[in-house]
Amino acid sequence: MTERNTQFKRRQVLQFGAATAAVAGAPFAFKAAAQGNTPIKIGFPVPLTGAFSAEAQDQVRAAEIAIKDFNDAGGYKGRKAELLVRDDKLNPGEAATRTLELIEKDKVDFVVGSLSAATQLSINAVCRDRKVLFNSISQSDAINEAKDWSLYTFHEALNPHITAGAVARYAFPKFGKKVVYLTADYAYGHEMVRGFQRAGQALGVQTLADIRHPIGAADYSAFLPRIQALKPDILVLCNFGRDLVNSAKQATDFGIKANTKIIAPVLLYTARQAGGPDAFDGILGGTSYYWGMEDKIPAAKAFNDKFRKAYGGAVPSDYGALGYAGVRSVLQAVLNANSTESMKVSIALRQLRYNWYKGEQFYRKCDHQSVQSVVIVESKSKAMKDKYDVFNVLSIENPDERNLRSCDELGHKVST
Amino acid sequence: MLDISPQLFALQLMTGIALGAIYALLAIGLSLIFGMLTVVNFAHGAFFMVGAFLGVHFLGITGNFWFSLLLVPLATGAIGLVCERFLVRPLYGRGIDYPLLLTFGLSYVLIDVMRFAFGIEGLPSSTPAALRGSVSLGFGHFPLYRLFLIGATAAIVLALWLFIEKTRYGLIIRAGSRDPEIVRVLGIDISRVWLLVFGIGTAIAGLSGLLAAPTRAVNPEMGIPILAESFVVTVVGGMGSLPGAVVAGLLVGIVFAMTSLVAPEYAELSIFVLMAVVLLIRPQGFFGKAGLMS
Repeated sequence: MTERNTQFKRRQVLQFGAATAAVAGAPFAFKAAAQGNTPIKIGFPVPLTGAFSAEAQDQVRAAEIAIKDFNDAGGYKGRKAELLVRDDKLNPGEAATRTLELIEKDKVDFVVGSLSAATQLSINAVCRDRKVLFNSISQSDAINEAKDWSLYTFHEALNPHITAGAVARYAFPKFGKKVVYLTADYAYGHEMVRGFQRAGQALGVQTLADIRHPIGAADYSAFLPRIQALKPDILVLCNFGRDLVNSAKQATDFGIKANTKIIAPVLLYTARQAGGPDAFDGILGGTSYYWGMEDKIPAAKAFNDKFRKAYGGAVPSDYGALGYAGVRSVLQAVLNANSTESMKVSIALRQLRYNWYKGEQFYRKCDHQSVQSVVIVESKSKAMKDKYDVFNVLSIENPDERNLRSCDELGHKVST
Repeated sequence: MLDISPQLFALQLMTGIALGAIYALLAIGLSLIFGMLTVVNFAHGAFFMVGAFLGVHFLGITGNFWFSLLLVPLATGAIGLVCERFLVRPLYGRGIDYPLLLTFGLSYVLIDVMRFAFGIEGLPSSTPAALRGSVSLGFGHFPLYRLFLIGATAAIVLALWLFIEKTRYGLIIRAGSRDPEIVRVLGIDISRVWLLVFGIGTAIAGLSGLLAAPTRAVNPEMGIPILAESFVVTVVGGMGSLPGAVVAGLLVGIVFAMTSLVAPEYAELSIFVLMAVVLLIRPQGFFGKAGLMS
């Protein structure tokens, strides 16, 4: 009696076990069969609303071109790529929540995006914890530093140290050594000022004042008489988006340009369009990309043409182009790695040398910073061929690892 | 390290007055509507923004700044009339928080309407050609447009004062704010007076948006921070007081400018500190009557 009972139990256990194995195994079998149709999902959190919305929208437009490129070329083993755009509202908390949703709920394979020093750090923290590859397309120095960095962290955009350094090396010898900074009081502004001052030190540049204004301020007139009285050779506007538009416009009204050269670390295409030719006339700055480079760089021409075709003749902006390169690099690495696993794709990205739109680029081994050229442009108000023709390209500083902070300084043990 | 020359001080003072002119104009509209209708108009910043957008838009079409100077207040005033008649009027007599919440919601509607109409990036606005450049005031160069801003504000304030103090209609408005019951008994349709006052208030808000547009970026969110600052001005000047709005507007502008000179980091904070101090010493503001809110 007892024996039969045990046997029965054993049979039950076996049956149950087989059933469980079948049920558990089914999704795998199903998944393998369906793999050809599962898209490769790229989460794309950017601030679609808020002060940088114009730039963010262009990032989305350009990223979609990279997706289209990849899909038109056949995708990866029949799998197409898909962009999942989310609004992070320029808020680090919101960015973290959206990223978490993208990873946990939407099951994205990778994250590309962000447009602020602060949101990219919070997105990076979420991706790092969940071992999902993140390629940031916004400026930041902190993201290169060892404490925030991980093997899954990549930085497609320029950083303040490189950008401000390039502008400083170009402008300080030409326009003078007495400098005033008008700085947005947050990480981006502070990092830019630090970049200028470090490059300026070697050139004997003197800081007359570093005036801090709150981010998103509408009126700068209250700072301008003091700047006038200081009589600087150069006024550096270390702010971004609408802040740059407002401060450039008001500085122009106050006649600062009569005796002072105004420069901006990042002279945005979108800000110039929003501010108009008069406010920006003669202002000089750095940028990662300007569509007018297409005369000299074939890759730029190819990218511009694709963008023009998709968006009714419009040209891509600087930050937009970063959206393109950020997504395209990751998808190329998927092909090179023959995998969609973040770690394998990361290894492939580290080996990638690419020329998507602006000339040769590669990710430095120790911090995954994209080593790339910096373009120095000047805004023009005369002899413009059409509404897209807003800058003269004055100079292009070629990619050079020596213009980055060293791996040791950033706290990375592995050197290049 | 910072030495402030008399020239710099004078120039900074002018900057403060120009800033204060915009605050004063906005606060006048707010005070007018609050003083007469006891409506705290949270959509005032949105009307300011709509005025700026329409101004730049009309300027693009007509190419004439002076023409849009006339057109914009008419347009924003008309929007104000419609809002009063169909949205605010049903809420009279229901307590102060009903119209407050309604106008708060209205401001978001107006912001989104402008986003739909003109895009989220906003419009580029430039200074009208005749008012570009800077002029020498003897102690330094000052932008011509900001001088014009001060002059235009003075003219608007004067015109409004003449209208309210010297005309028959102004008399009715003043009487209506003192005792609406008696005015009604005298056979005057008080609801039409309120309609007009709301219209004038929003027209001035639109006009100040137009005037401010060349000095800043025109975007759908531009009315949000300035609304908070305008409330500071009305609180400092006294809720519902027109002279209070002008005096406090200029004072807030000057305090902001002077703090920017010595401690730029605290400029934003300084005007709220000013408000706190005034509230502690004189809770009803400079010219306000105690107990208006109750």
